[in-house]
Amino acid sequence: MPRRKGAPEVNAGSMADIAFLLLIFFLVTTTIETDAGLDRMLPPMEPPEEDVVIRQKNIFTVNINRNGQLLVEDELMDLKGLRQAAVAFLDNGADGTCNYCQGRKNPESSDNPAKAIISLKNDRETKYSTYITVQNELVGAYNELRNREAQRLYGRDFTEMEGKYLNPETPSAERDDLKEKVERVQKMYPQKLSEAETSTSN
Amino acid sequence: MAKFAKKKDGDLPAVSTASLPDIVFMLLFFFMTVTTMKDSSLLVQNTLPNASEIKKLEKKDRIIYIYVGKPTREYQSVFGTEPKIQLNDKFANVDEVGSYILAERAKKPQELQNVLTTALKVDKDANMGLISDIKQELRKVNALKVNYTTYEGDAFRNLQ
Repeated sequence: MPRRKGAPEVNAGSMADIAFLLLIFFLVTTTIETDAGLDRMLPPMEPPEEDVVIRQKNIFTVNINRNGQLLVEDELMDLKGLRQAAVAFLDNGADGTCNYCQGRKNPESSDNPAKAIISLKNDRETKYSTYITVQNELVGAYNELRNREAQRLYGRDFTEMEGKYLNPETPSAERDDLKEKVERVQKMYPQKLSEAETSTSN
Repeated sequence: MAKFAKKKDGDLPAVSTASLPDIVFMLLFFFMTVTTMKDSSLLVQNTLPNASEIKKLEKKDRIIYIYVGKPTREYQSVFGTEPKIQLNDKFANVDEVGSYILAERAKKPQELQNVLTTALKVDKDANMGLISDIKQELRKVNALKVNYTTYEGDAFRNLQ
């Protein structure tokens, strides 16, 4: 009988194989999801207490038909021009109360950014992708103006500040500082985007 | 021949693979921690549209997902090719959206119930009619915060 030198060592050579197997399993099942999208608020169901009278010139109407064509302020428009048209409308400042607006002060267009409303209406047959493109352009118009003001006041982009403010990893001291700035710029150009219920006919 | 045999003497020793398991385990743990198991398999086609002015959806525990799109090929014989709504693991009608939102909301902790976001993951070929119906349902149950989930990209690519 051979003399034994304690228990024999377990062969760990296949450890790597086992680990590789697990690794490959997790590699395959992993989906590193980074969901992002356009944030919107829906209007509440209850109608407001008192009827607010909104003058026609303060409403910027955008109609999308079933073929994806745009009717902006009763005129046919290409999607590429929508952002500029929305910026011009929001930035108009006809009544002169908006001292940071750089628009043309056209009396036929909006009074000031706080009163300006964009009304979006679409057909039931409109494609979702077209709708998202229009939404994107309208949000882009607001962001463009907000970026401009944020650059003027704080020397940085509004979208960058907002992203940092909403990121939970940002230290809280910095977030408190950003909160004030973000809210100030938001107040300069409040997002008033109303979505009318869809029409069944054209 | 002897010349070659002699050279073998001064050869480099083989690289030790003893630390290979450690390296692999490190990778393994990384993937284990970042993995999120898909909680519902997709029954609908879900190619999201592109948008550039997007915000990231932080905090997954505050999000309720609604999927919309054409049924995938294996379900098309049963459910047809019209876009359908998918809630959790099954197809649903528009009038079930409200109760689904309420049920999901009740599952969340009390302090989160007021800050929930509804993420609409809608295929880009869907029609707005269905989306409007969903939005109407969401308004009825007061789930007003929505996020149209998109890919990041040029929005004009949607039109092609």
